[in-house]
Amino acid sequence: MDDVLELAGETFTSRLVLGTGGITSMETLERTVRASGTQLVTVALRRIEASADAAMLQVLERCGVRLLPNTAGCRTAREAVLTARLGREAFGTDWVKLEVIGDEHTLLPDALELLDAAEQLVDDGFRVFAYTTDDAILGRRLADAGCAAVMPLGSPIGSGLGIRNPHAIALLREAVSVPVVLDAGIGTASDAALAMELGCDAVLLASAVTRARDPERMALAMRCAVEAGRLARSAGRIPRRWHAQASTQFEGLPQL
Amino acid sequence: MQVTVNGSTTDVPDDATVAALVADLVAGRAGGHGRVAVARNGDVVPRSAWETTGLAAGDALEVLAPTAGG
Repeated sequence: MDDVLELAGETFTSRLVLGTGGITSMETLERTVRASGTQLVTVALRRIEASADAAMLQVLERCGVRLLPNTAGCRTAREAVLTARLGREAFGTDWVKLEVIGDEHTLLPDALELLDAAEQLVDDGFRVFAYTTDDAILGRRLADAGCAAVMPLGSPIGSGLGIRNPHAIALLREAVSVPVVLDAGIGTASDAALAMELGCDAVLLASAVTRARDPERMALAMRCAVEAGRLARSAGRIPRRWHAQASTQFEGLPQL
Repeated sequence: MQVTVNGSTTDVPDDATVAALVADLVAGRAGGHGRVAVARNGDVVPRSAWETTGLAAGDALEVLAPTAGG
């Protein structure tokens, strides 16, 4: 089916973005990436003594995926902008998953710092993928600021609580014309399918796969769920009804 | 002289450069320094400037490399 996703001028046939955080081995990483069918994978920067060895990037290169560096752990616009610039230097890409958190307990986005950082990075030529709350108005502000995609959370990072407010996600989808990527909170395949049914253009997840008992199998489940949800969305679901509606006609029902 | 590298106070020669510092840090690490990024006192030092950027006493350096992340 000719149904491609366009992000920052690039086209993708997969609508699943995979985070590598929580992966336990390079062998698992490769099997998981391949099973997911993803074409876009998030990575991070840390102090060199705490970083992964070069094998991680070799695996990702072998899998042919594009890299999306993140600003995970940043608390202020200043930190996030500097981290994005360091990511551009290290990875040679101007794409960035912009994450500015308010505290380490909730990992929820700090809306004010996020918008400030997004504006600075767009001005600096970055293609900004903004991790944000499920607030439609903030999403619109980020899109208006020039973000390449708006990425609302379904629930807190790593919580696996799924999409706590589907209505908010649908409203946000309506509010912006840039791609919407459901990012964070996915616990299992039905959550990913729901995101797509709500009209999201893609799903970004990490923990749900990397911390699953069988990451490779869960990656395949997520791939199928994203495809199923996308198909269901485009197929047009039936309206919800209060009462039953027989699928077998009553006409011709025999008198027994 | 002393500088701070990734949060630790470190002695470096007076003529130390960013390039020399990075070379020391990546020695023995798999993969070399193809993907390292450096910040000095809150600003990125582009790879093209590593050789020519000298260190000054009290500098704060962050030397970063790729890792897994969500």
